[in-house]
Amino acid sequence: MSTLTPSFAGVASSNATLRAFLQGLPGVDRVGADQRAAMLATRSIKTTAKAQAIDLAISMVDLTTLEGADTAGKVRAMCAKAVQPDPGDPSVPKVAAVCVYPDMVAGAVQAVGRSGVRVASVATAFPSGRSSLDVKVTDTAFAVAAGADEIDMVIDRGAFLSGDYRKVFEEIVAIKAACAREGGPSGNGTAKSGNGAAKKGSPAKGDAHLKVILETGELATYDNVRRASWLAMLAGADFIKTSTGKVSPAATLPVTLVMLEAVRDFRAQTGRMVGVKPAGGIRTTKDAVKYLVLVNETAGPDWLDPEWFRLGASSVLNDLLMQRQKMATGRYAGPDYFTLD
Amino acid sequence: MTEPSRLAVRKTYKLYIGGAFPRSESGRSYVVTSSKGDFLANASRASRKDARDAVQAARKAFPGWSGATAYNRGQILYRVAEMLEGRRAQFVAELVDADGVSARKAGELADATVDRLVWYAGWSDKIGAVRGAANPVAGPYFNLSTTEPTGVVAVVAPQGAPLLGLISVIAPVIVTGNTCVVVASERAPLPAITLAEVLATSDLPGGVVNLLTGAAPELAPWLASHMDVNAIDLTGCAAELAVTCEQQAAENLKRVLRPPNATPDWLATPGLDRMTAFLETKTVWHPTGI
Repeated sequence: MSTLTPSFAGVASSNATLRAFLQGLPGVDRVGADQRAAMLATRSIKTTAKAQAIDLAISMVDLTTLEGADTAGKVRAMCAKAVQPDPGDPSVPKVAAVCVYPDMVAGAVQAVGRSGVRVASVATAFPSGRSSLDVKVTDTAFAVAAGADEIDMVIDRGAFLSGDYRKVFEEIVAIKAACAREGGPSGNGTAKSGNGAAKKGSPAKGDAHLKVILETGELATYDNVRRASWLAMLAGADFIKTSTGKVSPAATLPVTLVMLEAVRDFRAQTGRMVGVKPAGGIRTTKDAVKYLVLVNETAGPDWLDPEWFRLGASSVLNDLLMQRQKMATGRYAGPDYFTLD
Repeated sequence: MTEPSRLAVRKTYKLYIGGAFPRSESGRSYVVTSSKGDFLANASRASRKDARDAVQAARKAFPGWSGATAYNRGQILYRVAEMLEGRRAQFVAELVDADGVSARKAGELADATVDRLVWYAGWSDKIGAVRGAANPVAGPYFNLSTTEPTGVVAVVAPQGAPLLGLISVIAPVIVTGNTCVVVASERAPLPAITLAEVLATSDLPGGVVNLLTGAAPELAPWLASHMDVNAIDLTGCAAELAVTCEQQAAENLKRVLRPPNATPDWLATPGLDRMTAFLETKTVWHPTGI
C-alpha cells in the first residue's frame, strides 16, 4: 500500500503480521476511558462559546435517512433542509453532508446541486455487511457512479471478531479502489487534502472519500475498537465511523474517545490525518457539544472542522436549531416551528 | 433535667415533573412559614430551566392523555379525589398552618376540594355534548363540531387559595385532555406538594400535571414566551405581571385566561368557563345523500 509509511510497510503482508501488530497495540484502560469521557462531558459551554459550538455542530451534521421506506420525495425534502436548515434564518450554516442508500444518491446529488453539501452513501451490503466481496464492490461502484462524494462502508465484523484481520483489510482496500473516479487525483487516493480542494465548485469530482464503519456496538471491547480503528486506517480509510445506527449501543462518548486517540496517534506516526464520525444516538445539543469538547481535548483543535469530524444524526439538527433560536430570541423554541425530518 | 425532645425532621420538598420528584436544577430552596411566621418546611425554588423541563414533560404526556377516552380521564380524576380524601387530615393541618384558619374551616375547604374534583370528573364525557353540535347548514352536508384540547397549558395558580383554588384551576384544564405546568402559590406551597404526592400515587400518567414551587414573577414570563406552550392561565398573577405575560404570550398566539378582577369565591360552584377556555372546536363537513 502506498499509504503506508515504511514503518508499517510489512504490517499487512499476512494475517500473522497484522495480528501481531494489532494485538500488540497498548490495551485500553476501560475504567479510565469511561471516566475521562464522563469528566469531559461535565464541561459547561455557555453564551458565545455555546453559540459557536452550535454553529460548528450544525456544519458537522451528516443528515441521514436510512430507512426501507425512504422515497425520492423524502430524500429531496431532506436535501432542501441540508442546504438551508432553517428557512427563516439564512445565517444558519448548511450541514456537511446528506447520507442515503445508493439508489437514492442520484436524486440527492441533483437536489443538493452546487450548494457544497456533500452526498454520502452507505454501501457494501449495509448494515450487516454480509455478502460477497463482488457484491460489495459493485454496490460501491454503483454509488460512486451515481455521484456520491463519500462512501460509508461497513467492515466484516464476523471476520474481525474471529481474528481474520487480513480479510477485513483486503476488503477495505478493494472498496477504497472502487471509490476511485476518473478525473480524481489518483487511482486509489493517497492524500485526502488534494481531494477536498479539487471538489469545491468543480463539477469534475475527485475520488469518493471512504468512511469505514466499525460498528463498535458489536466489537465488545474498547481494545477491539482500537484495533479496528488502526486496521481501517492502515487500509486507507479517510474517516472512521462508530456505527450504522441500526445496532444498539450506537455511538458513545468513551468509544469515540478511543477512536479519537487512534487518529491522533496515527497522525503522529504516519503524518496522515483521518477523520472521525460518531453516528447514532446523538439527539440533543448537549450531546453534540460533549462530542466537540471530546474532540478538542483528545485529538486537538485540528479536528474541529467538518472536513475531519462529523456527527451522524438527524434528530439532533432540530434540537440544535431550537437552541440556536432560543439564543437569538431569548425565548424557548417549540418543535412545531421546525420541519419533522 | 428534662428528657431531650425528639429531633425535628426539617423537610425539604422537591418539584413534581414528569411523574418524578426532582430537585430544582438550580439547587435553590426557600423557607416556607406558617401564617404566624413559624418554620414549616423548605420548598424548592424552581428556575426557568425547571419550567422548560416541565413543559417538555407535559408535551410528552399530551398525546397519551388527550388520546385517552373521556371516560378513562373521568375515572382517573375520581381516583385522584379518592386519594385526596385519604389524605384529608394532612391537607387540613397544612391549611390551618398556612392560612391560620380554624380546623373546622380548613375541613370545609378540604371537602370542597374533593367535591370540586368529583364535579369536574363528571364533566369529562359530557363537555363534548354541551360544546359540540350537529350544525344546520345550507347544503347537503353533515356538519359536526367537536371539542379538542388546546395542548400544553401553563397555569399560575392563585396565591391566596392554596388547595381549593389550586384544584379549581388544574381540574378543568386536565379533564378535557390538556396537560399542564402549574406554578403553585409561593407563600403556601405545601398543599400543592402534598397534592403532587397524591397525583403520583393515583393513576394519572406522569407529565399530565407538573407542579413547580417558586416565584411566579420569575417563572411565568418564561412560560408565557415559551413557543411550545399553547395556552396560559394567569389567575395567580398580579396585575402588572399579567400584562407582561400577556404581551409575551402574543408571540405564538397563546390562548390567555386573564386574572379575575376581584378575588373569586372558590367555594361557589364553577361554571364551564375554565374548561371551555382551553378547548378548541373542530368542525367536519361530511357530504350526505350520495
